[in-house]
Amino acid sequence: MKGFARLKNSLLFRHVFFLFFLSFFLFNIPIFANSFYPFETKKQAAQFDYLLKDLRCLVCQNQNLADSGAGLAEDLRKQVYEMVKASKSDEEIIRYLTDRYGDFILFKPPVKPLTFILWFGPAFFLLIGFIIFWRTCKERSHA
Amino acid sequence: MVFLGRGLTLDPRELPSVRIDKPLPSFKLPILGEKNQFITPLHFQGKISLLNVWASWCASCVDEQALLLQLSKQGLPVIGLSYKDKTDDAIKWLKQWGNPYQFIAEDKEGKAAIDLGVYGTPETFLIDQKGIIRFRHVGVLDEESFVKDFLPRIKKLARQG
Repeated sequence: MKGFARLKNSLLFRHVFFLFFLSFFLFNIPIFANSFYPFETKKQAAQFDYLLKDLRCLVCQNQNLADSGAGLAEDLRKQVYEMVKASKSDEEIIRYLTDRYGDFILFKPPVKPLTFILWFGPAFFLLIGFIIFWRTCKERSHA
Repeated sequence: MVFLGRGLTLDPRELPSVRIDKPLPSFKLPILGEKNQFITPLHFQGKISLLNVWASWCASCVDEQALLLQLSKQGLPVIGLSYKDKTDDAIKWLKQWGNPYQFIAEDKEGKAAIDLGVYGTPETFLIDQKGIIRFRHVGVLDEESFVKDFLPRIKKLARQG
């Protein structure tokens, strides 16, 4: 008993106990989240996780739908959950959301004429930069 | 510089609606305060109207109530969509702040709002005589945005008949 009392008061024991205690708060979150949205198959769970990470929360725009605590995000999460459970494809679910909220809900906007500048603009401007650089160098070497 | 200037003047919270020029999504929602009566998109046929999405828990919704009351008094039909609200809270709120609505659809689950592409309250839609969405305003509707965005469209729709 005396040995245990000494152990209980030791600094190491307290640290270990504290970490053990803390782990309840730190590591139960994902398990908790999964029990909210139970799936029959692992494939569906993976599809759900994958979709939510690529979908933007419209209220708090820098968060994805998986992380956001906003009310609308919760509703949309539920909607995606139900559609995944009903065995809808990724395309069907994405179309459901973009029909209502537009491409903005996607973190990766699709390549289409409207988004050409967005996708190819940086490469285009880099190319122009190189051309200017090259011409300046050429002019200087001539001078 | 051009991009920077444009970027600084745009409000990132104001998202374009993809529902513009599309008919109202199908819904059947109970009318607030009425038993066994429902609102469907058919109720929007034959008149130019506003569809206002609000909630008693939405603090800024109070700020547009004076304008909505004035508009409905002037003869513009305003239809309410009670978004994720309790019936009693909504009724109490209307008693306190005034009721500009012809009738109010109760969207307790927020599903009709998702179909409308609503991402925050208040939002106001302009619906034409055929039940097609013509404009959407996000946030508190003030006189300035009504005169700038709604009035010209209402006049044009009225002329087209």
